[in-house]
Amino acid sequence: MSDASPAAPGAASIPGKVTATQARATTGKRFRPSGSTVVMVLYLLFLFLPIYWLINMSFKTNAEIVSSFTLIPADPTIQNYVTIFTDPAWYMGYINSLIYVMINTVISLAVALPAAYAFSRYHFMGDKHLFFWLLTNRMAPPAVFALPFFQLYSSVGLFDTHIAVALAHCLFNVPLAVWILEGFMRGVPKEIDETAYIDGYSFGRFFVKIFMPLIASGIGVAAFFCFMFSWVELLLSRTLTADDAKPIAATMSRTQGASGIDWGVLAAAGVLTIIPGALVIYFVRNYIAKGFALGRV
Amino acid sequence: MEKTVNQKAWFLVLPVLVLVAFSAVIPLMTVVNYSVQDSFGNNQFFWAGLTWFEELLEDDRMWGALQRQLIFSGIILAIEIPLGILVALSMPKKGVWVSVCLVLMALPLLIPWNVVGTIWQVFGRVDIGLLGGTLAALGIDYNYTQDPFDAWITVIVMDVWHWTSLVALLAYAGLQSIPQAYYQAAKIDQASRWAVFRYIELPKMAGVLLIAVLLRFMDSFMIYTEPFVVTGGGPGSSTTFLSIDLVKMALGQFDLGPAAAFSIMYFLVILLISWVFYTVMTNLDKREGR
Amino acid sequence: MAKITLSNLAHSYFPKPTSEEDWALKEMNHVWNDGEAYALLGASGCGKSTLLNIISGLLEPSEGQILFGDTDVTHMTTTERNIAQVFQFPVVYDTMTVRENLAFPLKNRGAPADYIRQRVQTIGQMIGMEVELDHRARGLTADAKQKISLGRGMVREDVNAILFDEPLTVIDPHMKWALRTQLKELHQQFGHTMIYVTHDQTEALTFADKVVVMYDGRVVQMGTPEELFETPEHTFVGYFIGSPGMNVLRARVEGRRAALDNGEIGLAGAYPALDGKVEIGVRPEFVRLTDAPDGLPVNVRRVEDVGRHKIVRADYFGSPINVIVPEGHEIGADMTRVLFDPAHVNVYQNDWRVAPTGQEAA
Repeated sequence: MSDASPAAPGAASIPGKVTATQARATTGKRFRPSGSTVVMVLYLLFLFLPIYWLINMSFKTNAEIVSSFTLIPADPTIQNYVTIFTDPAWYMGYINSLIYVMINTVISLAVALPAAYAFSRYHFMGDKHLFFWLLTNRMAPPAVFALPFFQLYSSVGLFDTHIAVALAHCLFNVPLAVWILEGFMRGVPKEIDETAYIDGYSFGRFFVKIFMPLIASGIGVAAFFCFMFSWVELLLSRTLTADDAKPIAATMSRTQGASGIDWGVLAAAGVLTIIPGALVIYFVRNYIAKGFALGRV
Repeated sequence: MEKTVNQKAWFLVLPVLVLVAFSAVIPLMTVVNYSVQDSFGNNQFFWAGLTWFEELLEDDRMWGALQRQLIFSGIILAIEIPLGILVALSMPKKGVWVSVCLVLMALPLLIPWNVVGTIWQVFGRVDIGLLGGTLAALGIDYNYTQDPFDAWITVIVMDVWHWTSLVALLAYAGLQSIPQAYYQAAKIDQASRWAVFRYIELPKMAGVLLIAVLLRFMDSFMIYTEPFVVTGGGPGSSTTFLSIDLVKMALGQFDLGPAAAFSIMYFLVILLISWVFYTVMTNLDKREGR
Repeated sequence: MAKITLSNLAHSYFPKPTSEEDWALKEMNHVWNDGEAYALLGASGCGKSTLLNIISGLLEPSEGQILFGDTDVTHMTTTERNIAQVFQFPVVYDTMTVRENLAFPLKNRGAPADYIRQRVQTIGQMIGMEVELDHRARGLTADAKQKISLGRGMVREDVNAILFDEPLTVIDPHMKWALRTQLKELHQQFGHTMIYVTHDQTEALTFADKVVVMYDGRVVQMGTPEELFETPEHTFVGYFIGSPGMNVLRARVEGRRAALDNGEIGLAGAYPALDGKVEIGVRPEFVRLTDAPDGLPVNVRRVEDVGRHKIVRADYFGSPINVIVPEGHEIGADMTRVLFDPAHVNVYQNDWRVAPTGQEAA
């Protein structure tokens, strides 16, 4: 069996005791540079400062933003958020984004699961070429596809629908999901399949009842990355929508009014786009490292 | 794992095939079609042969964008890979702080790309941004909308901000897979901190680092939204990268033929890189799995 | 080189141990003599590896001190202690060649190049890898890698002690024997203090001058293989060492007699009246199957022929009794009684051996 994980031979069989032993070893610290905390704090500060500034701005009035330079809002206001939550043009943007992201995640996983199983278990004609071709789509620049997608979905009457964006995002999310899931499935011994068939399970029942629970964390990781890449993408989702399915990211350009940019609302909208991502990360935090360990992103 | 030959497995792959064919093959055919035709509007097309490709190869604008693209990708790799490794090495090893750091680090990865642009656009502005304002207060002449150099710095720092965490998380996962006995043995052997990094950590991270390099190269090669929001490709065309140029051509000017030719060249370059990527990956798989 | 003293040493992996079970190592006081080969023997999870890591300095004990000679090294690093250690699973530096791997510990300590070259050659020969010295370590098999680990452990001549943590787990059986013999030779040649952790009694008994048996976080006995065999200090030692292990029977001991469920046996020494759980222990080697009427009646269940001798599995009122019948001795059909050799019957109170007060067992 081969696996992309760079573990040493026998790594998996190092008894837990040895590892636990070291967790408590105070001497272990000598191996870390003493400045590691400093590096970490500086890096997190670097990550957080721009976000902090956005949050800070979202609680200010436009007058305060433009006229003075304050580290915390002098006159905190939630007016910017009220604007967003009371204007359908704003909050529909969020709903649109969430709808197509979820449709995309469901479609991607639904088609990727059987395919990944086939790639992880069987040889068939053209399997290697097919796998490679799938991967090339992960590498395809969205800019190349923007115009043809626009024309394709317009011609079939899907322009400005959630499903159009969801399908377009499948271009890079399906290969990604296949790749991640295949990695996880390869780690499941084939004997499990054979035992289940001997026990009289049909393929479908085996797959849903036995196999999927075994790779639950893999499905979680794949779903996370599908969500992530669909959520952050803008070029395609903006090109394929006009009004009814317009994503929040595109809605943000509305703040550019006749009287200049409405900074406060722009900042509030930005903050609100960060929240779903933050929630998702929080829920899958224990699996992320595992997904990355497979090296399949 | 021993795989069995089973042609019926094609049925399992079929949905993926249909879906990806619909969203990749049909559009690609459209692009190929446009690339060899000319249009004067009204849906009238004429055979143009390889004219667009010839024109493209002589187009300074394209070469300029490609050059900027390569420089950009090179710079961000040179910064993000070492920095990511450094951050991964500095990660706490156990306890709640691991989760805290993981969540905070992954945060930029889940921000929509135009919001990333917006954040930095706001952050860097001299009049209302923390960074721009602070630099101005320190007497440093900084203005990313006017000065190409400042624009480049801003776009690069933004990309480092956005993507270093990905490298760090990958490297961290690589580090996690090193058995503790290696560190103990190194201690017994009186290895220096540098030797531990050079002979234990770096070799064990090699696989994930390779992936990190290639991912970052590829994704930076396709970058569009973030610099577009911040600089709009300017000032002038100083931060116009390949995707920005292409979108301008295709959706802005509706120059279908040249844009399609551009797309094909662009895609071929990426394809070449992904082929290298795939070959290296599978070789690595073989070596590790022995 | 120095003797190693463990003084009131105890260790717990919990920051605030409350109950007895929280302690991975219970308080112990021991002296490990300079230049001897010790085997640390015990079942998995008895604290062997913990003790080893405390001696090597990878782990700091919660309580007590470790002394090398007269120096307190409790808070010293592994480097300062100058210890070599070989781990259970191979640890090699993949990107280095075999030669560079072996030279690594010497190089880090700034040894002269000539010395390193000659030393690496010697070690390479010893582990049987001189031909492969310039191969990259990455492609080697697990047991070749483990041989490199062993080599790295032995390459330094001036170490205070060499510690082995079940080093032969991944090695092929026939290679195991050869390597163990080499380790033993090396020990005789250079006289390093060696501590060898294992759960395999054959490995322990063939390798060591002294065997240290651990059970449940305690050192239950430290002695020569003969001592462990003749006078196990704890019933666990009796069970764990020997094949099959010692027979242990509940008894009431008074003076020079031990009363069993149905019968009585004589003891070699006199004992005070004992309360608590009292047992007698006798090794199968010192039990004789007989038809004499003064023996204890047993139920013979089966006889196993293991080549050099036969093992009789019998049953005495529910307690199993094993008897070793040497080659050449016939087992008669009417032999349904056993006799114990009084000189080799040990008495245990709550699992610990009680020394006779009167005349010492001969």
